[in-house]
Amino acid sequence: MGKRIGIEVSIAVAEAVKLCDVDVISAYPITPQTHIVERLSEIVADGELDAEFIPVESEHTAISVAAGASATGARVYTATSAQGLALMHEILFIVSSMRLPVVMTVANRALSAPISIWCDHSDIMAERDIGWIQTFAINGQETYDLTFHAFRVAEDHRVLLPAVVNFDGFTLTHVIEPIEMAEKEAVDRYLPPFQPKLRLDPDHPITMGPVGVPEIYSEARRQLEVSLLSSKKVIVEAWEEFGRIFGRYYHPIETYRTEDASTILITMGSATETAMLAVDSLRDKGQKVGLVYIRLWRPFPHEEFFEAVKEAKVIAVLDRAISYGMGGGPVFSEVKASLYNLTQRPYIKNFVAGLGGRDIPIENFIEMVDRAEFSAANGLPPTYEHLDVREE
Amino acid sequence: MVKIDAIMGWKKLNLGAAITEPGSASLFKTGSWRTQRPILDKEACIRCGRCWIYCPEAAYSPNGDGYFICNLDYCKGCGICAEECPVGAITMVLEEI
Repeated sequence: MGKRIGIEVSIAVAEAVKLCDVDVISAYPITPQTHIVERLSEIVADGELDAEFIPVESEHTAISVAAGASATGARVYTATSAQGLALMHEILFIVSSMRLPVVMTVANRALSAPISIWCDHSDIMAERDIGWIQTFAINGQETYDLTFHAFRVAEDHRVLLPAVVNFDGFTLTHVIEPIEMAEKEAVDRYLPPFQPKLRLDPDHPITMGPVGVPEIYSEARRQLEVSLLSSKKVIVEAWEEFGRIFGRYYHPIETYRTEDASTILITMGSATETAMLAVDSLRDKGQKVGLVYIRLWRPFPHEEFFEAVKEAKVIAVLDRAISYGMGGGPVFSEVKASLYNLTQRPYIKNFVAGLGGRDIPIENFIEMVDRAEFSAANGLPPTYEHLDVREE
Repeated sequence: MVKIDAIMGWKKLNLGAAITEPGSASLFKTGSWRTQRPILDKEACIRCGRCWIYCPEAAYSPNGDGYFICNLDYCKGCGICAEECPVGAITMVLEEI
């Protein structure tokens, strides 16, 4: 068992990346991600990790260098937030389509304008369709653990896809949390050295990312889609193996007190632990309320999600982003789409809250449950509500 | 031409559509994209080879007599050779359908 220490979560992520023996780190600092790459640059400069730390001039270059380095067969890491992730946008599709297993931590932060350095999920939701594996952590220990998992899954020859680990800006990045640190020997057992299937090598020249004429582009994209959908099996396997080695078990969809629950809250990220307290409080009053939190966002685990919510009559979905002009948030859209083909669909109501660092206290979750149950009982249309906004 | 047929299935495609055979671009003939073709006036040509050097498709090659001949299987008709020829020996003429 590893030692449990009090450590800032960003620093713990940097320590995890060090234990993963990465070859190249290509990153540009942006709040609230900065502490991760700042610590990694120290680790490399101090000779604790034999890696190239490439301090690039923008996030567009950070991900471009990551792609190039990964194509040579290196194990590559980067991290970013908000505007930085948005600046990476065009390259993110290229990394997944070229099947480069880059691992990136995203410290979730609101997109401008107005300028906000604080947490919401609008950055990653704008990158939903990039073809990367995407997971969400609810606390520091999970962020740390999911980092090892991301490398292991990404580099598996049945997968070979890049992976994002999401953790909430400030709420997690800057918090000091007791985290059980992994032993190097255990990490080495969990994460074998990266063996690229194809790589750039002057002695054996190949072309990666060539022109895809109309007679082949569809097939290339189909290959990416099938690979991402079928990566779920490997993702689950890698979590099972993680549990066997480290004693902490993870699943694509996690549940909290959902047994016999007629109303279920849906969350992602750090707000989840607050929602658990709300569930406890409502359960104490005898209300049949449970919580489902989505750990694996892409590939979306439809079967596991259905299993988790199938008994619920009412579902209240939290979104920390808005899909502008659609009427609701992206998690709401996905949850509805995932359950649409059921003959007995639950009543699904959406609540947008916690934008740009606005806190989501326990009372907000209790209000979500109350409003969703009231709307369902009174047959009101299941529209979305912006919960914590001042209306005047 | 209606493009509905795939070159190969996605299962047979290399990882990430990578091309593992070097120089395979020559298997892909792109001359049909052309709307103009270069015509060489051998009387005027000084055999300097600038057409060969400047051609972005490497469609020109030496023919052994000191001249450089354009392979129309690959020439896209961009006209750079005609533009760069110092003696005006190359003329672009419209392709007749």
